Amino acid sequence: MKTDPNTFTLAARVLHWLMAVLIVAMLFIGVGMVASVSERHEWLLAIHKPLGIAILILAIVRLAVRLRHPPPPLPADLPAIQKLAALASHWLLYFLMLAMPLIGWAMLSAGGYPVMLGTSLRLPPIFPVSPVAFAVLRQLHGGFAMLLFLTFLAHMAAALYHGLIRRDGVLPSMLRGRKTVPALIGYTDPPAAEGTNEVDTERTD
Amino acid sequence: MHDPTSPHSPPRRIGSWTLIATAVAVAAVSFGYVGGWLAPHRLTPEKLVNQLQDNAGTFAGYRRNHAKGVCVMGYFDSNGGAQPYSVAQVFEPGRTPVVGRFAIPGGNPYAPDSSVPIRSMALRFAQANGQQWRTGMNSMPVFPVATPQAFYAQLQAQQPDPATGKPDPAKVGAFFAAHPETAAFLAWVKTAKPSASFATENYWSLNAFVFVDANGRRQAVRWRMVPEAADAGGHAGKAGDADYLASDLAARLAQGPLRWHLQVTLANPGDPTNDATKTWPDDRRTIDAGTLVLEHTEPQDSGSCRDINYDPLVLPAGIAGSDDPLLPARSAAYADSYLRRTSEEAHLPGTAAAHMPPEKTR
Repeated sequence: MKTDPNTFTLAARVLHWLMAVLIVAMLFIGVGMVASVSERHEWLLAIHKPLGIAILILAIVRLAVRLRHPPPPLPADLPAIQKLAALASHWLLYFLMLAMPLIGWAMLSAGGYPVMLGTSLRLPPIFPVSPVAFAVLRQLHGGFAMLLFLTFLAHMAAALYHGLIRRDGVLPSMLRGRKTVPALIGYTDPPAAEGTNEVDTERTD
Repeated sequence: MHDPTSPHSPPRRIGSWTLIATAVAVAAVSFGYVGGWLAPHRLTPEKLVNQLQDNAGTFAGYRRNHAKGVCVMGYFDSNGGAQPYSVAQVFEPGRTPVVGRFAIPGGNPYAPDSSVPIRSMALRFAQANGQQWRTGMNSMPVFPVATPQAFYAQLQAQQPDPATGKPDPAKVGAFFAAHPETAAFLAWVKTAKPSASFATENYWSLNAFVFVDANGRRQAVRWRMVPEAADAGGHAGKAGDADYLASDLAARLAQGPLRWHLQVTLANPGDPTNDATKTWPDDRRTIDAGTLVLEHTEPQDSGSCRDINYDPLVLPAGIAGSDDPLLPARSAAYADSYLRRTSEEAHLPGTAAAHMPPEKTR
């Protein structure tokens, strides 16, 4: 496969969309289970822990992929404040997808719970038993979950903004690559070159 | 910011902006619904624990229910009797260390021991393989209600009236009238007297669980701790001693260990596993799984049981929860209570400062 510097690698794209589904599902599972007294509490909790470890492993792989294959550059004409926002939110997402499972694991360890991923698979504790540490980690787990959800909302909104408003090739670079995707999203005028912002001829304002 | 003359400025398109706003709104509203913030009628662990606080007061650092108790340490000697039904390591012949807790129900850690006829025993068995079995048992064979919703309604009915400091008998009566499943519990409570000792009580699992054997075969069970001590106890009568259970326990342990036999009752097919208000027929097979030996006691404020959440769904391989709807509710509510009291211990901002219940303020 040829390497197009304007798109994400296949590995990066697969990891992105797989983890997008898993992380969003995880956020809903997390808030759903702590707000339920029904049997839903138990089966969501049973998914939550192994899924968290799966996300942790995927996040480590993804970080390695990212460091090895830098992502395509942002459009050159993107305002500096938006570039900063993109950069900061992406690293915040990386931080949270790594930190959340580790905090969850440490929190259960601090609470003295056996960290059970299934009926018999148990992970070793990664933090000494301490009720104070449990409380801090548990509150952090909940707080970071809210932050992660808000960051996801901003990320999704920004992706759609790039794809629908700016039409600058950022969204296609994560969908399939710039050369082919515009047709998929009903856009037939591919950008001429990296960093060129197309002009919407139908603009009336 | 927006400069219409710049070729770099994003074109404004109402349809696209609407789509983006809709996507964000749908995601946010779904999240709010699943998280309960936009589903105000759903019974949540938070509501249950808030109601416990409304009934008994908020005592920072203490469990929100069964707040008054003492730690006990000892071990379980398995005789292998339950091994054919469960692969749990605790049932292999041998010894498993136990950290337990005796308590009385209610959220007030200063309640007199005679205020309720119920005593509870919570145990954490720490298996050598790192898995744990936690169980919280009560000294009655049936629970008043079968569902978390009914339990919540019961707590609401029993909330002290601010004017009298006592539950409104009309509300309590209306609750029991509307919940005929409470009959077995009410019949028990009519004859029950606050016991003089933790040591002479039977403790029932109340909820059904499932034992899983080496072939994956599932057997519904309930268990009970049957005491060896059978005397009436001698410390109860002392006037003015509101904490006679702890002193009785310490006095007995000073004489030697206390023992209970773990009796596991095997359900027949068709016996209800989802209804803690109903006992199973007396002829069900019961096996003696071993002996619980308690050797020491410690105050709960500093003892090793303090930081343990006796969540009945912390289970080792070989024991599983049943379809009893009270089990996940207990697990969820205990977790909420545990977070509150550990957060108070950590003095995290926004946590409860202790205050006395209404009837105790003057």
